[in-house]
Amino acid sequence: MLELKNVSKAFNKGTVNENVVFSDLNFTLNEGDFVSVIGSNGAGKSTLLNLIAGVFSVDGGQLLLDGNDITKLPEHKRARFIGRVFQDPMMGTAPSMTIEENMAVAYARSDHYSLRWGINPQTRDMFRERLSYLGLALEDRLSTKVELLSGGQRQAMTLLIATMSNPRLLLLDEHTAALDPATVRLINDLTERIINEQHITTLMVTHNLEHAIKMGNRLIMMDRGSIVLDIKDDEKRSLTIEQLLDMFEQAAHEKFSDDRVILQ
Amino acid sequence: MTAIFSVLIGLLSISLEQGLSYGIMALGVYITFKVLDFPDLTVEGSFPLGASVTAVLVAGGFNPFLALFVSMLAGMAAGGITGILNTKGHITGLLAGILTMTALYSINLRIMGRSNISLLNIDTVLTSVENLGVPHGVVAITTFAIAVVIIKLLLDALLKTRLGFSLRATGNNANMARALGVNTDAMKVFGLALSNGLVALSGGLVAQYQGFADVGMGIGTIVAGLASVIIGEMIMGERNIGYATMSALVGSFIYRLSIAIALRLGFAATDLKLLTTILVIIALTTPQIRKIIKVSSTS
Ligand SMILES: Nc1ncnc2c1ncn2[C@@H]1O[C@H](COP(=O)(O)OP(=O)(O)O)[C@@H](O)[C@H]1O
Ligand SMILES: [Mg+2]
Repeated sequence: MLELKNVSKAFNKGTVNENVVFSDLNFTLNEGDFVSVIGSNGAGKSTLLNLIAGVFSVDGGQLLLDGNDITKLPEHKRARFIGRVFQDPMMGTAPSMTIEENMAVAYARSDHYSLRWGINPQTRDMFRERLSYLGLALEDRLSTKVELLSGGQRQAMTLLIATMSNPRLLLLDEHTAALDPATVRLINDLTERIINEQHITTLMVTHNLEHAIKMGNRLIMMDRGSIVLDIKDDEKRSLTIEQLLDMFEQAAHEKFSDDRVILQ
Repeated sequence: MTAIFSVLIGLLSISLEQGLSYGIMALGVYITFKVLDFPDLTVEGSFPLGASVTAVLVAGGFNPFLALFVSMLAGMAAGGITGILNTKGHITGLLAGILTMTALYSINLRIMGRSNISLLNIDTVLTSVENLGVPHGVVAITTFAIAVVIIKLLLDALLKTRLGFSLRATGNNANMARALGVNTDAMKVFGLALSNGLVALSGGLVAQYQGFADVGMGIGTIVAGLASVIIGEMIMGERNIGYATMSALVGSFIYRLSIAIALRLGFAATDLKLLTTILVIIALTTPQIRKIIKVSSTS
C-alpha cells in the first residue's frame, strides 16, 4: 500500500556539511502491516518517517500510497491519510486549546476552513465517547486546557487524535521514549488496541528491542540509510533479542550500537 | 468639588472614546500576538494606511462607512503581503513586518498626496450617527461602542468556527496543526490579513474621530497594541475566547486612561511613547508579572 522507490535524501546539500541519509532506498509496506523499526542513532529512522509524512521532500525517487504518487503532495495534504505521533508528548497537541478543541481540529481533517462551529452538541458527545476509550477519565474534562495534562495523557490524546479519522497509515516515532515505565505500558496497550481494531497500517520506531519484537507482524532494522534486516510473521514471532543482535552483526558487519537501546 | 467631578468625567469619556476606537486595533494585535504568536510590525503601517484611505475617500465625498470598509480591505492586503513574505519568501516574521511597514510609509504618502489631510467640517460616521438624534456629547462613545461590540462578537464567533480553530492551532502548535491537515501557511496569511484589516479599520475610525489623517500617526501602534493586550491579560486573564477579546478592549481603555491621566499630570505628550515602551518592557520582562499572566492564562 506504501511504496518507496529509489528514494534519495541528503541534508545540507552542496555544503561541506552535506549528509547523505538515503542514496537509493526501496521499501514496500503491505496493507495491514504493523512494522517496528529499530536501528542505530542517526540511521535515518526519523528521516524515513518525515519523508513519508512530507515534512521534508525527497531529493529523488518516488512515494506511492495506494498506487497514487504522493511525492509532491505537501505535508498538510498527506495528513488526510497519514496519522502521526511524535517522541515529544508536547508536539502532538495544542497546549492552550482545550481537550475538545484539540479533538475538533483532528475531527475536521478534510474541512479545516469552513465557518461551521468547531464544536456542537453532537461532536461533543462523540468526543466524550472516544475519550472514554482511553480510560483516563479525560471525557469528564472536555474544557480543560491540554497544557494541564501529563505527558502520558497528552500522548494518549495524540494517539487518539492521530487515528480519529481512520488514516490509511500511522507513523509512530519513538512515541513512548519520553514516558515512565507504567505509562509506556499504557500507551503501548493503547497503540496495539487502536491498530488492531482499526486495522491501520503502521510504522513504529522504537528503541526498545523487546517492544519491537513483541509488537507488530514485521520488524525492520536500519543502519546508515539502508534497511539491513526485514523479518516477518512466523520468523518474527519466534525471534529473540540475542538472535536479533546476531543477525544485525552479520548484516551490517559490526556490532549493533545504540546508546539508548533498551534490551528488555 | 464639581470641578474635580467634571475633570474626572472628562478623563473617563475621552479615555472611553479612545479606548474603544483604538480597541479595534488592540483586537487586531491580539490576533497576531496572542492567537498566531506572530510579532507583527505591519500594524505601524496599516493603521495610518486605514486613516489615509479613509481620509482621501471621505474628503472626496465618499460615504464614510464605505470608506471604512475600503480601509479594512487595504489593511487586509497589507497584512496578507507580510504573511506571504513570511511563508512563501521565508523571511522572518519580524523582518517581513518591518518591510511591509516601511513600504507602507511611501504608499500612504502616495495615497494622500501629502503628509496629512484634514477632515474638519466634512461628514463622517460620527455626523451620520449624530443626525440620527444621538446627543452630541455621546456620539463618539455610542458609535464606537456599537462598532466594537459588533466586531468583538463577530471575532469571538469566528474563533469558535473550524476556521478559527485552525487559526488558533496554527499559532499554538504549527507542527500539530500541519500533522492534522491544516495549511499553516494559509492560516498565517489569513490571520495577518484579518488582524491588519481590523487595525486599518481602527485607523480609519480614528481619522474620522480626530478630524485628520497624518502619515506619522502609526508610530507606536504596536507598542500601544501590546500594552493594551498585556494590561488586559494581567487584569482579566484569558479564561476563554470571549474573555480574552474582552480583556484586550479593557486593556485598551485602561491604557488610554493612563495616558490621559499622565497628560493631565503634566507629562509632555511627546514623552508618552517612552513611558509606554518602558511599561511594556517591564511587563514583558518582570517574572512576577509573567507569572500572573501565566497563572491567569491557565486557571
Ligand atoms: N532537519 C535536519 N537537518 C539536517 N540534518 C538532519 C535533519 N534531520 C536529520 N538529520 C540528519 O540525518 C541523519 C539521520 O537522522 P535521523 O533520521 O533523525 O536518525 P534516527 O531517527 O534514525 O536516529 C542524521 O545524521 C541527522 O543528523
Ligand atoms: Mg529519531
